[in-house]
Amino acid sequence: MVSPDNFQLPEQLSTGAAEVDDLYMFVYWFSLIFTAIIVAVMIYCIVKFRRRPGVKAEPVGHNLVMELVWTFGPVVFIAILFHLGFKVYVHNAVAQEGAMEIRARGRQWLWEFQYPNGSTATNELKLPVGKPVKFIISSDDVLHSFYVPGARLKRDAVPGMYTNITFTPTKLGPMQVFCAEYCGTSHSGMLAMIEVMTPEAFQKFLDEGDKPPAGTSPEEYGATLYKKNACNTCHSVDGSKMPGPTWKGLWGKQEQMADGSTVQVDENYVKESILKPQAKIAAGFTTTQMPPFTLKDPQIDAIIAYMKTLK
Amino acid sequence: MGAATTTVPRAQPHHPDPNENYLKAERGIMSWLVTLDHKRIGIMYLISVILAFAVGGAFALGVRLELFSRGRTIMDADQYNRAFTLHGVVMVFLFIIPSIPAALGNFILPIQLGAKDVAFPRLNLMSYYIYVFGACFALYSMVNGAVDTGWTFYTPYSMRTASSVIPMVLGAFIMGFSSILTGVNFLVTVHKLRAPGQTWTKLPLFIWGLYSTSIIQVLATPVLAITLLLLCLERFLGLGIFDPKLGGDPVLFQHFFWFYSHPAVYIMIVPGMAVVNEIIATFTRRAIVGYMFVAMSSLALALLGFLVWGHHLFVSGMSEYATMVFSGLTFLVAIPSGVKVFNWVATLYKGSIRLESPMLYALSFIFLFTIGGLTGLFLGMLAIDVHLHDTYFVVAHFHYVMVGGTVMGFVGGLHYWWPKMTGKLYSEGMAKVAWFLVFIGFNVTFIAQFIMGSRGMPRRYYDYLPEFEIFHKVSTIGSWILGAGFLTMLAMFIISLKSGAKSTRNPWGSAALEWQTPTPPPLANFIKVPTITRGPYDYHLATEEELSEQ
Ligand code: HEM
Ligand SMILES: [Cu+2]
Repeated sequence: MVSPDNFQLPEQLSTGAAEVDDLYMFVYWFSLIFTAIIVAVMIYCIVKFRRRPGVKAEPVGHNLVMELVWTFGPVVFIAILFHLGFKVYVHNAVAQEGAMEIRARGRQWLWEFQYPNGSTATNELKLPVGKPVKFIISSDDVLHSFYVPGARLKRDAVPGMYTNITFTPTKLGPMQVFCAEYCGTSHSGMLAMIEVMTPEAFQKFLDEGDKPPAGTSPEEYGATLYKKNACNTCHSVDGSKMPGPTWKGLWGKQEQMADGSTVQVDENYVKESILKPQAKIAAGFTTTQMPPFTLKDPQIDAIIAYMKTLK
Repeated sequence: MGAATTTVPRAQPHHPDPNENYLKAERGIMSWLVTLDHKRIGIMYLISVILAFAVGGAFALGVRLELFSRGRTIMDADQYNRAFTLHGVVMVFLFIIPSIPAALGNFILPIQLGAKDVAFPRLNLMSYYIYVFGACFALYSMVNGAVDTGWTFYTPYSMRTASSVIPMVLGAFIMGFSSILTGVNFLVTVHKLRAPGQTWTKLPLFIWGLYSTSIIQVLATPVLAITLLLLCLERFLGLGIFDPKLGGDPVLFQHFFWFYSHPAVYIMIVPGMAVVNEIIATFTRRAIVGYMFVAMSSLALALLGFLVWGHHLFVSGMSEYATMVFSGLTFLVAIPSGVKVFNWVATLYKGSIRLESPMLYALSFIFLFTIGGLTGLFLGMLAIDVHLHDTYFVVAHFHYVMVGGTVMGFVGGLHYWWPKMTGKLYSEGMAKVAWFLVFIGFNVTFIAQFIMGSRGMPRRYYDYLPEFEIFHKVSTIGSWILGAGFLTMLAMFIISLKSGAKSTRNPWGSAALEWQTPTPPPLANFIKVPTITRGPYDYHLATEEELSEQ
């Protein structure tokens, strides 16, 4: 995300970003010059009017004109700032004709996306370059905020209502998504990635769905799925305490359930825990936080393969 | 205040001599705990807010240390979330809101008016104990699971988290009453107890600032109280006001919360500006240019502060029209802020300037507040705010205003009035070293945060992407320099208490009224009721004797 031409702002990845950056730089240079002038005058006075024996401060007179000028003069300037800020804001808020609608649902602690054809994905979204897209944002639990720095846009995900943002990606490659409204333990893990691709590749992806990358072992694939589906925001793999049971040493264990029974952690238990997390709850984990995941068998198998490596 | 509490308390009821030094007029710990003297209450507040600042500062250093490197450094995510929440809660409710008004204001305001005490001394003592009582709730919450909601308590998260929200919220609720009562007390005092000749146009600008602040405290705090109460009721009874699961509206909470908390940022900054006026006048030996404009700009900030809460909600799903209106109103705040800065700088011109430690803090205030205010322009511009909201840019912005502004004002005022309060001088050399460390440390800490923020680093993050690591490292190192500065300052003040030289009546050679009475002031503040014949900054009208530093 480092762009060599601007140290202060991330790379511009949408059609609206440049306009925002121009405003930013305008206010930045204004502020820098203003501060420099204030500091220069201060230093001049401190040196020139330092206390010397026999020299008294000049009593303050009245200068109404000067007061009125610097009280009301800035009004013109701030009116301009307001106008520019609002203009670009509105421009960036209005969706273009024919924008593709993507649903983005925030949930502790992952983003679930839904394409117009109904298929869903967790934390990873693919978009065609140069096509306007409109995100319909909602939340299943607490407040979140869908933040795409590359597009200079964010909007809160508010439970009980829909909000939206819209932009047109301009560059092939990744666009980072953050959750920008604090939402609890793994707020900082609530990251998603938008992969911007050519329209052809995007169409191909919609037709074929997600497949393991060529040449990876099931264990490696499982490890990527662990991250991609945000399992890592609730389950550690090194034994540390998180909202869900750690996966370290989990495989094959006799797990104590909340209702007192015990269960052997095997393929069936893991599969059920992914598809229907509420069916059996491990003891000590009364908060039924985990959402159901719609993973396919090859993916579940890969996760199991990965879990087996966590001794 | 060890010196004052060492001797044996007297047994029989007595009437202390009103002309005796207030530190010596009565002895024993009880003479402090149940005192009605505004100066002693001010000192008790001062000790309390300094303790709170130390606690809040420790949390801040913990938060910065955790962020020094990616992943886990010293704590896990839940502990981190508690640490930044407690930092915010302690700094806002226990430190910064009472800092200048209740501690310095209590001590100085009646003296500057030429009054014997505040209008309601018993109410004043009660405010202090309400503050302590509220602080106990906060402490109870801290040792009992603490809070992980952020100091904003946003719903619905604050409804669902298992942490100890209710005691903390009740603590803030209770401390609000302390704030309201102090405000009422000051308002009445300013109206009713001015010495003969102390007209509104001769009032020190410190008083104008505290007067404006008191108005906000009295009018805005009840809204916070109601909001926090509703939050508790919702958590206890499932009332369904803010939680969408129960049919409530989470954005409503944000409106309520900021309807108080935005004016509250003016409860924080206006007193800081008020202190700066006093320091600049004394160290330039000159009246503040545009006295009436500066006085009215405090009132203007107090009133405008009520109209701009919506700028915290630009991306919350509020309507576009409301967004537009709030953006426009927000910019108006720049006008009274600019008026102050311009007039302060104009005061330096043709003054007789001495760069002693209080003045260093006052000049730092002007510089840092200017940056804080200008970065507010970025945030007021809607299109830019959508990018910057809830990033480290906002964190840096409000620290430039609250630390660069209020804390500099508070610390500057503490240096300035220290001799008056304690009767002791402090080491100017050590004070300058501390100032230097604070100034450098502060800028290193927060400039790094501006840059990472505008580059997209969200706030309240336990962990971060590799590209932000360098900025976090710099910021954390800055926090150590800052911490070292405050520790040096603490040591300097302790040394002053133990072995500082005795201060003269008027060590800075100021024309202001509080420096005309003996140092430390007598119990009744003045040996005889003063008659005010000139303004507090009329150096050309003050006599040689009044300005004498001996
Ligand atoms: C020229 C004057 C100022 C302007 C134009 C301004 C503007 C803004 C705006 C628009 C925001 C919202 C940013 C966001 O959340 O995305 C903001 C946040 C904030 N401002 Fe200022 N501000 C000014 C002065 C102050 C002062 C005097 C204080 C306090 C003493 C202050 C304290 C804060 C705080 C605490 C926040 C962030 C609160 C939070 O989200 O947790 N600001 N400011
Ligand atoms: Cu979130």
